[in-house]
Amino acid sequence: MMANPIVHALVYLIGLMTFAGLNAAYLVWCERKGAARIQRRTGPCEVGWAGLLQPLADGLKLMTKQLLVPDGVDAALFRLAPVLAMLPGMVALAVIPFGAHLQALDMELSALFIFAFASLAMLCVLLGGWASGNKFAIISSARAVSQNLAYEIPMLLTLITIALISGSLNLREIALDQQGGLFQWNLFRLEGWHILTMWIAFIIFFICSIAETNRAPFDLAEAESELVAGYMTEYSSMGYGLFMMAEYINIVVGACLTTILFLGGWGCPFDVAPGWWWFGLKMYALIFTIIWVRWTYPRTQIYRLLNLSWKVMIPFSLINLLITAGLVKFL
Amino acid sequence: MQALTCNVATPTLFSAEGLVGLIFLLTILMVVGGALIAVLSKWLVRSVAGLALCFTGVAGLYYFLLSPFLAMMQMLIYVGAVSILIAFAIMMVTQAGSDTRHQRKVSALAGPIGISVAMLFFAGFTILALATPWQQFPQEQEGSTRDLGIALLGPHVLIFELISIVLLMAIIGALVHAQRGRNRGTGA
Repeated sequence: MMANPIVHALVYLIGLMTFAGLNAAYLVWCERKGAARIQRRTGPCEVGWAGLLQPLADGLKLMTKQLLVPDGVDAALFRLAPVLAMLPGMVALAVIPFGAHLQALDMELSALFIFAFASLAMLCVLLGGWASGNKFAIISSARAVSQNLAYEIPMLLTLITIALISGSLNLREIALDQQGGLFQWNLFRLEGWHILTMWIAFIIFFICSIAETNRAPFDLAEAESELVAGYMTEYSSMGYGLFMMAEYINIVVGACLTTILFLGGWGCPFDVAPGWWWFGLKMYALIFTIIWVRWTYPRTQIYRLLNLSWKVMIPFSLINLLITAGLVKFL
Repeated sequence: MQALTCNVATPTLFSAEGLVGLIFLLTILMVVGGALIAVLSKWLVRSVAGLALCFTGVAGLYYFLLSPFLAMMQMLIYVGAVSILIAFAIMMVTQAGSDTRHQRKVSALAGPIGISVAMLFFAGFTILALATPWQQFPQEQEGSTRDLGIALLGPHVLIFELISIVLLMAIIGALVHAQRGRNRGTGA
């Protein structure tokens, strides 16, 4: 029952924008609540019941502030960068299959599509940081880019292992391939002994997705204690707000990708009533883990961070790819 | 908008075809506009941003030519890697706010010669494009990743393998270099 394509596009556009906006707003609330619980505080509790209206108040506060463009910045790029920063996450949401029939656009290369646009995020950070004309911002964007480049490689290598197993780069087909219970999921796949290597791929992918979204313990780009707020230092009002929203949308996209690639997408572990609710459950469990990690581990150093990728993750993901190729070929 | 819909000669803007046409025009605008920004901008970093815009537009054109894989690779490699490398190199030597305009001394002849050469090329390519008896080949494959993969690992396997060996050597070389370089530097 395909409606008018424009109506279809509009409905999904509005739906996805709402989804992105609500997630960005309420993940901040979750983050603050989670941080507070881990640090034995209560977190936001004044505005609304259990502070549930806090994101609304924050949004209003950000929007009513002046969008300051300081002297000595490259005004055009300075304004452009936060707007563009939102783009990769929003575009990625369009091709993510949340359920068997809940996907805005079914694309043959949807997995690659997300990574192709993710590389745009780096450019935004770079341009924003440079346009600020601030030493902290430039150091921070240099860090962000070297970090993202380093972690993109093992991430793509693990993506190739998944593509080998599923024989497709279409996220929908990758998820469809994993339907029918826990042991069909790529992470626990008994068929072809993939359970042996997928754990490594999963850990690599998960760590990379944390690093790619510049989250603690890898948030060296916005290390408050040394770089003020990194590439966001000069931004005020919604310029800053858009960067923050982009960060949370990227987290959602990362968790969605991990769910689809390793945890069976919308499939149920016991093969009961598969649907988007299972997808949401897994995705939010992953997001909770990311928040949990952030408030549990201290920030690393930039050299350690880069060494982890270049000297540990890339060799391991290469070896993993080789073993997986062997398993696919000979079993 | 009026002139635009007349140009396309397909149904109104609010049909799927009209929207696709509009997006196609936007893509072309991105390519041309990005190229113009890249060439005309006084600041190098803006030039890089223009270049990235132009690359994105080219990726869009690939998509319209039914080669999604090529479009993705264009995004991943040119926008994601090449532009960033250039921007990185520039950032290391300049700073926003400081005067980073192109400081070059060009002779008075450079402009006229450049324009005449460019026009010569343009005329040549136009004549070539108009004079060539283009043959319409029936579309045999969808240009899908599957077909591309079969083509790469079938008839063109030698080239493919050679390139992948070169790339693998570069990666391993970089890894070995990174492993040794720091230890030698600090003596640790």
